[in-house]
Amino acid sequence: MNTRDSHTLEAQIFSAEVLTRFDHELAKYPADQKQSAVIACLSIVQQTQGFISPESEKGIAQYLGMPVMAVHEVSTFYNMFNLQPVGRFKINVCTNLPCQLRGGQQALQHLCDKLQVQPGATTADGMFTLQPSECMGACADAPVALVNDRSMCSFMSNDKLDHMIDGLRNAAKEVS
Amino acid sequence: MNIAQVLAQFQSTGKQSCFHDRHIEPQIYAGLNGNNWHLKDYEARGGYQALRHILGMNGAPGMSQDQVIATMKDSGLRGRGGAGFPTGLKWSFMPRQFPGQKYLVCNSDEGEPGTCKDRDILEFNPHIVIEGMAIAAYAMGISVGYNYIHGEIFQTYERFEAALEEARAAGYLGDLIMGSQFNFQLHATHGFGAYICGEETALLESLEGKKGQPRFKPPFPASYGVYGKPTTINNTETFAAVPWIIRNGGPAYLACGKPNNGGTKIFSVSGDVELPGNYEVPMGTSFAKLLELAGGVRGGRSLKAVIPGGSSAPVLPAAIMMDITMDYDAIAKAGSMLGSGAVIVIDDTRCMVKSLQRLSAFYMHESCGQCTPCREGTGWLWRIVDRLETGHGKAADLDLLDSVAENIMGRTICALGDAAAMPVRGMMKHFRAEFEHHITHKTCMVSATT
Repeated sequence: MNTRDSHTLEAQIFSAEVLTRFDHELAKYPADQKQSAVIACLSIVQQTQGFISPESEKGIAQYLGMPVMAVHEVSTFYNMFNLQPVGRFKINVCTNLPCQLRGGQQALQHLCDKLQVQPGATTADGMFTLQPSECMGACADAPVALVNDRSMCSFMSNDKLDHMIDGLRNAAKEVS
Repeated sequence: MNIAQVLAQFQSTGKQSCFHDRHIEPQIYAGLNGNNWHLKDYEARGGYQALRHILGMNGAPGMSQDQVIATMKDSGLRGRGGAGFPTGLKWSFMPRQFPGQKYLVCNSDEGEPGTCKDRDILEFNPHIVIEGMAIAAYAMGISVGYNYIHGEIFQTYERFEAALEEARAAGYLGDLIMGSQFNFQLHATHGFGAYICGEETALLESLEGKKGQPRFKPPFPASYGVYGKPTTINNTETFAAVPWIIRNGGPAYLACGKPNNGGTKIFSVSGDVELPGNYEVPMGTSFAKLLELAGGVRGGRSLKAVIPGGSSAPVLPAAIMMDITMDYDAIAKAGSMLGSGAVIVIDDTRCMVKSLQRLSAFYMHESCGQCTPCREGTGWLWRIVDRLETGHGKAADLDLLDSVAENIMGRTICALGDAAAMPVRGMMKHFRAEFEHHITHKTCMVSATT
């Protein structure tokens, strides 16, 4: 890639690694249609920073040459974007009808009880955010949970949910 | 264990949903085991032979664009995303002599509740979609394509990107494919949690980096699609059917199914069955057979109802379902639709009011807000069904539900409004007694837990 001007807003906000990933997405689209990469760029920022801040929206707008408001329109339209900080692990449990018929709602309730949080809330230690969600396209694997947008977990019985929560807690401790 | 290792334990393996011996004459899922998704495995299964054939690489003269489209028309293949539009006919709408850029788009934004077939295709047999798209691009004279993948299945998106790299390295994508004059660049792109983007014009908006709000049609994508250019959009499973059709001919594909309903179809069977999963069977297989493949109704209970084509399709009672075949025409005749092939099975312990309450909440949540009848109407539908379910319904509510549904149908830019109204009408038509019971007795007619 070309050498980048280190004085631009995006170079000050995003790491070189993140910008390289942006470039990979941008290369898929015609040169005059950079905006097409906005969802991908926002999702990369969310993966690395946990949520979409107004500053990130500005940086992406500058990188893609589009109005900040157009970036904000996208980040507020798509359900998976976090516009506020979330816990270390965001867990989405599908409760739509096919999953509901196979314990989706019950899986959500089990996590509420285990983590002592209401749906939509984050645990006091900032470790887990729990959210009910709509169809994730894995209906035959119900109950399903999506962790941090990118890891789909299938057939999540209460035992498996316990195992996952405990495992994530321990793994997070080892890292920090 | 690190975080990735913890999560990897729970990742779907496809064993239950895809790699079982309960398909019937499968074409797309044939011979898959989860490890053999790579290019060399796909080639060993006969992969990319169809592309080589049309490009004249196998010593044969190759096929012209018209011949490919004629073969698709002969096959009787109908769009697998939900609408069932004849694929060959759709391809013939593309202006082949158009001087500017044209685009090919694959709709892998699989979010219709009950549907999980495209995920398994992309995850375990990604090259079949790449080959199908390359053949389509050749037939319509298109040089750039995108596969728009549901945001929630990120691992599948990464798998597809890896497959694209393999195809590029082997010369099946890129410039002068296999030494021919045919160029085709294909890219993966993804959504981020918006059901509406499965609607083709909303998907185009999303691909352009905008809110996924559907466009008014006409103009249709064939004349005004991505970036305002002629565009053809097909579902993942539709593209995946193409290589087999080219290899075996249109009539052979049609013969797999029923007249006007060619080929095999993948049904995602979910809900109250013993073995939920994807089942690839010839179009026109009886529902009774499909239910048997899925292990029957769970726990030895009785079948109450089936939503035969994804949550937007009107529900049908057991008596009708046990008597019909799974194809576009038979299900339409019974008053519902084959849709995306998502078969949601409901047993006799379930409360239909509660089932509808959940679906109505979904449509209210996913309405994009563009058209008033849908934006406001989906909220009305949910509020009425919710109060019926929670024992606060009034006698006039059933007529009100009918009226709201009636006033949404046909009055919106896209089909989401109809999709919200149709389940209401189907439930009211076949299970009205349960709704009345909720009004009179403030409780469920069945001793349901769900």
